Amino acid sequence: MNMYNLRQYTVLDEIAGQLFVIRNIHNVGYNEIVEITEENGKIRTGITLEVGEGYAIVQVLGGTTGLALKNCRVRFKGEPLKFGVSQQMLGRIFDGLGNPLDGLPEPIAEEKMNVNGIAINPSARDYPENIIETGISTIDVMNTLIRGQKLPFFSGSGLPHDMIAAQIVRQARVEGEGFCIVFAGMGVKYDTARFFIRSFEETGVLDNVIMFLSLADSPSLTRLMTPRFALTAAEFLAFEKDMHVLVLLTDMSNYCEALRELSTMRGEIPARKGYPGYLYSDLASIYERAGRIKNKKGSITQIPILTMPNDDITHPIPDLTGYITEGQIVLDRELHSRGIYPPISVLPSLSRLMKDNIGSGKTREDHPSLASQLFASYARTRDIKAIASIIGEEEISSLDRLYLKFGEIFETKFVNQSYNERRTLNQSLELGWDIISNLPEEELIRISQQQIKQRYRHKK
Amino acid sequence: MAEKIGTIIRVNGPVVQIRCNEDIRILDMVEVGQFHLVGEVVRLKGDVAYVQVYEDTTSLKAQDPVYSDKIPLSLELGPGLIGNIFDGIQRPLEKIKAQEGDFISRGIHISALDKEKKWHFKPLRKIGEKIGPGDIIGEVQETTLVKHKILVPPYIPAGILFSVKEEGDYDIEQTMAEIESNGNIHSVRMYHRWPVRKNRPYNQKIDVNTPLITGQRVIDTLFPVAKGGCVAVPGGFGTGKTVVQHQLAKWSDADIVVFVGCGERGNEMTDVLANFTKLVDPRTGKLLLERTVFIANTSNMPVAAREASIYTGITIAEYFRDMGYQVALMADSTSRWAEALRELSGRMEEIPLEEGFPGYLPSRLAEFYERAGRVINLNGSTGSITVIASVSPQGGDFSEPVTSHTKRFIRCFWALDRDLAYSRHYPAISWIDSYSEYVDDIKLWWDAHTDGNWIGYRNEILDLLQKEQRLQQIVKLIGPDVLPNTQKIILETCLLFKNAFLQQSAFDEIDTFCSARKQFLMFKAIITFHRKAEELIKQGIDIDELRESDVYRGIVRMKSYSEETLSELEKFVDSMEQQMEKLLK
Ligand SMILES: Nc1ncnc2c1ncn2[C@@H]1O[C@H](COP(=O)(O)OP(=O)(O)O)[C@@H](O)[C@H]1O
Ligand SMILES: [Mg+2]
Repeated sequence: MNMYNLRQYTVLDEIAGQLFVIRNIHNVGYNEIVEITEENGKIRTGITLEVGEGYAIVQVLGGTTGLALKNCRVRFKGEPLKFGVSQQMLGRIFDGLGNPLDGLPEPIAEEKMNVNGIAINPSARDYPENIIETGISTIDVMNTLIRGQKLPFFSGSGLPHDMIAAQIVRQARVEGEGFCIVFAGMGVKYDTARFFIRSFEETGVLDNVIMFLSLADSPSLTRLMTPRFALTAAEFLAFEKDMHVLVLLTDMSNYCEALRELSTMRGEIPARKGYPGYLYSDLASIYERAGRIKNKKGSITQIPILTMPNDDITHPIPDLTGYITEGQIVLDRELHSRGIYPPISVLPSLSRLMKDNIGSGKTREDHPSLASQLFASYARTRDIKAIASIIGEEEISSLDRLYLKFGEIFETKFVNQSYNERRTLNQSLELGWDIISNLPEEELIRISQQQIKQRYRHKK
Repeated sequence: MAEKIGTIIRVNGPVVQIRCNEDIRILDMVEVGQFHLVGEVVRLKGDVAYVQVYEDTTSLKAQDPVYSDKIPLSLELGPGLIGNIFDGIQRPLEKIKAQEGDFISRGIHISALDKEKKWHFKPLRKIGEKIGPGDIIGEVQETTLVKHKILVPPYIPAGILFSVKEEGDYDIEQTMAEIESNGNIHSVRMYHRWPVRKNRPYNQKIDVNTPLITGQRVIDTLFPVAKGGCVAVPGGFGTGKTVVQHQLAKWSDADIVVFVGCGERGNEMTDVLANFTKLVDPRTGKLLLERTVFIANTSNMPVAAREASIYTGITIAEYFRDMGYQVALMADSTSRWAEALRELSGRMEEIPLEEGFPGYLPSRLAEFYERAGRVINLNGSTGSITVIASVSPQGGDFSEPVTSHTKRFIRCFWALDRDLAYSRHYPAISWIDSYSEYVDDIKLWWDAHTDGNWIGYRNEILDLLQKEQRLQQIVKLIGPDVLPNTQKIILETCLLFKNAFLQQSAFDEIDTFCSARKQFLMFKAIITFHRKAEELIKQGIDIDELRESDVYRGIVRMKSYSEETLSELEKFVDSMEQQMEKLLK
């Protein structure tokens, strides 16, 4: 241990929000841990945010509430924040900083890892492959989820994103052993946390889940650390223990709020809507921790959930997320209010990794062109609907009427399915053919003649 | 080893302030702290230097030493670039992986080029000849595709070739030639260093005159870019910027491709790398990797190195241009570079302008695009750099600062459209909002390579697309039925053009690349269809008959002709008018 590690200070110079300044100190490293012990023995953890000659600015993870300028001891540990991880964490519940919340003792660490993670060398990455069959038609056929992908839900308040996430966990057919879930709840309500615990219980996967919960009343810095602790555990399981880890991060909007709050507190110049200019890089440091590594068996798949403020997809939170993640699943309030579950709006949704992982030899040879045709035809439906709503349905051509009918069936039969309904990919593809066959075959220009001959449902 | 020049007085993210006790200049490279993290001096204020550090600054402390050789951050330019992947400051990622493992650790000092590898050198100049900066003294077959010309570094003054090595195998540290000028002997190796932010000199800029053929129909036929030109590809997330960049890196007829992944996804680099080691260049039959250099500074890698990656890319591009090559540089995405500038500027507490971007954003963009172009090199050869830059506008809004400033420095604009992407019309390049100012520069090329109607067809189709736009407005108000057939056919042709021509899947084995000849035939087919259809309609033929005709179906299937069967496509196109005539009976 270095000399300075032992050095203790008893006076803080300034406290503002979740930050404090301490002066007359030396040998303190940037982005390292600080331990603050209060008079009553309570210990808080902080991180140095800036260091200079004879001073350091520290942000306190548990918040500064109740902290006094005098009479607390500060210790600089001389290393970045680390998390002791182990396989025993499976089945356990922790707070946002990795402390047990379930009353059980702290698991014995197998390894201490830097919670900030280190960038994977781009040439060490292995391209994600193998689809994860979720049993949901709009995802499996049109926005296929791939193991090692980061695919967020763009949702809105009050929309059933939690249910869909739970349904995916329940239905995801993941072949082979070593499947587990890491759940990070940032600023979530207690009810939400309960909902997930119950659903994991019902699915019988609870023993394979690690939960990190920073509830709605937790300080903003804790919220910022929560996904980092969760992903550190995930990296350990995936890359040291060969497991396939599915990471659920909810709600990333709360995370971004916390980041904005801290940035404002520090008086930084904002970029857009008050969010700091480094929001993109910061989010990337979380999302890019998904993936696969060459010659390693495990993988990290991320499903971040975020609620779009005012359902606005151009808001910086969904916008910057979409620029980093490998697609997005967009939920739609209009579908939801019409009782369609899951209310997935397929047109703005996208899976970027789908292209390389579907088709002959991977899923089914007709999969890519059927998906593409469903997108194109459904998009056309939307246009026709817009026209029909102005000029009246009687005024549109008979072909256009067929499109409207197709659109209706697509939404009520294909998009719509029940919370407990698990459709195999084959079932979903067949359903897709049933539905697309409501259009005349000449309209299906994205599908080859041969496939039409083979699969188009001709009217008797 | 670099000497100590000062100590750290403040650490704030990637920006570190040091108090210097030695003279130091802007852009000098420094090594910071005990790990010798690489950094660059970006601002001087009295005896305080602001350094942007290209690696994670965790654990740096006040009073830590800072070292420097007092030379600017420089690249190594020589054989070994092609097929390699580097980070933003040209550290070789494959070697780092071999040495350090799967995650990028800090303080790695590995030279960019392999110093041990032997290259087969062939001299091209003789002792006693006059020789000057930029001249080619010999060459090395770097890959089966690329002859790497060994250049006299631009900073060596003109003189006489005093010695040159015979043909044989050498490593890049060996002296290959000596030049005597004004009584001094300068030695030339197979590589030299060049400051990453300094333009490489050339003789003069000249006009562009040849299209970069990309194999993408909407680009080559509607919005072409010239070799030596600059294009911006703006679009919201998921609209297809990266796929456009990848397609161009794969299929465009450049000699050398420099692909810069700037602040984007790690998996996308994995994707290109994997593809390029498999895919074959249609013109040469060689692996695409054999002409490509990759720079990868992904979004989770240090932000300062992201800022540098763009300069690293363009400097490498200039180096190959100096050899007389046509180079294409893809930068995906320049917005991430601009954002890195913003972040660093913020850390230096500079006063921001719009949306937090520093006031010097436009001049940085201008300097970068100015490095593209077609030039006569110092050695008399002609080379070019085409820049294809994606722009990621926040919220998909093209009026934001990076997009709007970029527009001032480029002459070609491929606007990606969210609605097209939503309906999976790819490439989602809008035919309404895109433009190319290179059309006049390159039309002679098309004339020489086709039957001379390209510009006419292009004008005709753009005109139809404009008309269609207006007709659609009417349809939205009163329905399609009121339109006369002479107008309905415009809608029909445009629909056909979009589906059968503009839409081109990057993932279709055949359609991913479309040669200029095939493009022209397809173009001609659409125009022929339209002209003939107008004629037939006047004679009473109905739109539905046209739509259900064999010719129509034939047009929809044109994409599926492989390059080997183009004579069949030609036959089809030649027979169209006749076939359509038959509808009259
Ligand atoms: N030319 C194309 N052909 C087929 N699919 C495409 C094409 N361009 C884009 N796509 C689809 O769109 C997705 C997003 O494209 P991408 O280039 O990654 O978008 P961006 O870089 O603008 O975010 C791709 O994963 C692919 O599925
Ligand atoms: Mg992209």
